[in-house]
Amino acid sequence: MSKNIILCGVGGQGTILASRLIATAAMDKDIPIKTAETIGMAQRGGSVFSHLRLGEGINSPLIGKGEVDLIIGFEPGETVRQLPFLKQGGAVVVSSRPVMPVSAMIGQSKYDAEAMVEYLKANVEHLTIVDADKAADELGSAKVLNVVLLGAALRSGELGLEESDLENAIREKVKVPEKFLELNKKALSWSKGGK
Amino acid sequence: MHKEFLMGNEAIALGALAAGVNLVAGYPGTPSTEVLETIAKRNPGNVYVEWSINEKAGMEVAAGAAYAGARALVTMKQVGLNVASDPLMSLEYIGVKGGMVVLVADDPGPISSQTEQDTRTFAMFSKVPVFDPSSVSEAYEMIQEAFDFSEKYGTPVFFRATTRVDHGYEALEVKDPEEYFVNKPEGFVKDPSRWVIFPRLSVKNHALIEKRNAELKNVFSEYHRNKILREEDTAKCRKGIATQGVNFMYTLDSLHDKNARVMRVATPFPFPEKLALDFLAGLDEVLCIEELDPVIERALTYVCGKYSLDVRIRGKLTGDIPPSGENSMEIVRGALAEFLKNEEDETGEDGTVVAPAAAELPQPPALPVRPPVLCAGCPHRASFYAVKTAMRGKKTIYCGDIGCYTLGNAAPLDMCDTCLCMGAGIGIAQGVGHIEPDTKCFAFVGDSTFFASGITGTVNAFYNQADMTLIVLDNSTTAMTGHQPHPGTGRTVMGQVVEKVSIERVLRAIGLTVVETVDPLDYALSVETVKRVADEPGVKAIIFRSPCIAISKPKGRSHVDPDKCIGCGKCIRELGCPAIILDSDGKKAKIDTSVCTGCTLCEQLCPVKAISGGAKNDTAKGGRHE
Repeated sequence: MSKNIILCGVGGQGTILASRLIATAAMDKDIPIKTAETIGMAQRGGSVFSHLRLGEGINSPLIGKGEVDLIIGFEPGETVRQLPFLKQGGAVVVSSRPVMPVSAMIGQSKYDAEAMVEYLKANVEHLTIVDADKAADELGSAKVLNVVLLGAALRSGELGLEESDLENAIREKVKVPEKFLELNKKALSWSKGGK
Repeated sequence: MHKEFLMGNEAIALGALAAGVNLVAGYPGTPSTEVLETIAKRNPGNVYVEWSINEKAGMEVAAGAAYAGARALVTMKQVGLNVASDPLMSLEYIGVKGGMVVLVADDPGPISSQTEQDTRTFAMFSKVPVFDPSSVSEAYEMIQEAFDFSEKYGTPVFFRATTRVDHGYEALEVKDPEEYFVNKPEGFVKDPSRWVIFPRLSVKNHALIEKRNAELKNVFSEYHRNKILREEDTAKCRKGIATQGVNFMYTLDSLHDKNARVMRVATPFPFPEKLALDFLAGLDEVLCIEELDPVIERALTYVCGKYSLDVRIRGKLTGDIPPSGENSMEIVRGALAEFLKNEEDETGEDGTVVAPAAAELPQPPALPVRPPVLCAGCPHRASFYAVKTAMRGKKTIYCGDIGCYTLGNAAPLDMCDTCLCMGAGIGIAQGVGHIEPDTKCFAFVGDSTFFASGITGTVNAFYNQADMTLIVLDNSTTAMTGHQPHPGTGRTVMGQVVEKVSIERVLRAIGLTVVETVDPLDYALSVETVKRVADEPGVKAIIFRSPCIAISKPKGRSHVDPDKCIGCGKCIRELGCPAIILDSDGKKAKIDTSVCTGCTLCEQLCPVKAISGGAKNDTAKGGRHE
């Protein structure tokens, strides 16, 4: 098995932690893994992405265009930006909630997030849209969006991991009090009912 | 041995610990910062670690340790090497006793830097040998070898990685602390003929350096990380590929099982010439795949000239590889496909490198434009806004500097007219003022940057009677690189509490008489202070002090009363705070409470007082946020 995954979003959304969770889960199962992250200036509200490569025989940490099995998009526009990396028949999990750039708020640029979602619907066969606002309402927190998206990614079948693998990774990596662990577990399984 | 999932910089740090490093110094800078932080975190207890005030200080501290027989590591990003170049250039002539590795992180792209300079070129200029790792796991091994080479040949060596190695992650086997090499420094042995640089010593040592580097060409030809892949299988190949760093990985993945002769160069200086001759034997053409400068391409062109070889060397200089920017899988695959077109190897297979099929995509709608911005509630926004308001209608120049506050350049603040390098804004403000005396000249500098390289420029301004306002943006941390302590924080990287260096007292000691400290989140007071101070003659300073939002927790978050909001848009238009958005009707302001930090700047600005509820703790927490 080898899997190429891109996580993408806006600096501050928690893509790096989500990438670490997948990596931890893979490592626990002795699956070789390489990742490349955006760290630095772009973390201040810029476009960020993580490349993850799971499996044997991999050299490069970066993935080429048309080679990605799964894109986990934290933001619709950022997901469209990464779409050229998706291979034919690849899967996309995307949060419907846009993050408006300051440049659009002050009228210096335009951003039509609904058009992005429509574009994804028209061009991605294997698409899961996660209603982030609904998830935040039902879970009582907007901060676990990354875990909600990981849950949906599990159910896309393209992650190559089990729910229990990610649960263990959350316990190992997110060293938080029990109540937050419970919230994370709920977030992980949220998309079972909520697609 | 045990297995860990590590960032490249963490692997480099653990490699240095395994090599028995005794002292580590450095200055933060992306993508190098995590090396020193990891050594501090994983310190078995006997390693001296410091954040130095700048790279020059770090280089000198490390040199002193190596003089005393310690194994020493100094860490910095590529532009930091410019700051440290004065001691390094001379240190190469003096040499070291203990192994000394100069870790420099290069940043092709550049992703978080001012320049795309190449430390391999700097290695040639300074005559310092350089190691260039290709992956996270290799970097762990290679830094240990670098210490051995340095000690054996009595010279500092460069260990230069690029972003994709520094910030890549891999699971790898690393040594347990009990397995670490233990280096017991002998101590400094007095010998003026060895340690005191005079022209006579320099001319003698220069000759020795040239002799040693000529010898290292041969030594490095035998170094197992400089290698030719499948040399025997490819005896009939007419085309070869020479590559380095992470580009070696891109090349391997692009070629798959394709039989091509590949040379990987792990020590670009001194260049492994003998190995290159073996590689070039029988070839017609070579494609050099590298990032930043065409170092391998030039070296191979030189070898071909020196030995009268009829091999065409291609790469950046021939337009086959882009001259600047970061390489990607697409660039490498595309260049290889073009280069190997029509190439038949001994198995008769076609040489084409095929890219996997991507889905055919129509033109997408306009993508969001996202330059990095100041965080919601960042105190720098308030400082910039206060100066902007106070100086409205006046002829001004705002000289910026390196740090989060460079982001003050973005609309709507538009408060950074120049930015060059660490500390330069203070000098530039003086220069502009001497030519345009009717301009109000401001220099903005962060607290860490002030200590790193702002003091000299301020003394220069005072001594030479400049007319300028120095604004120190003191957020009590080195924010952009991930919240490292500095002399003003009263804390060291090992968590020791020490006496703070006071910026106010430094400025007064220089001779400044107008030095005012104000909380930038008090908008009216800040504007009034700027107006008053900017009208004073000579060099004067304002210290805007408020902790970075990442090291202080909000007491309350602001919200907009929709009944009071008149939808004038002033808060959005003037501040550009990422927490202020429009409500679902797109008419009135709304605050995203998940990012608001309660700075209250928008509350103070609102003409109808529709925003309330924000409150901020004004003291910084000790530790790191996240």
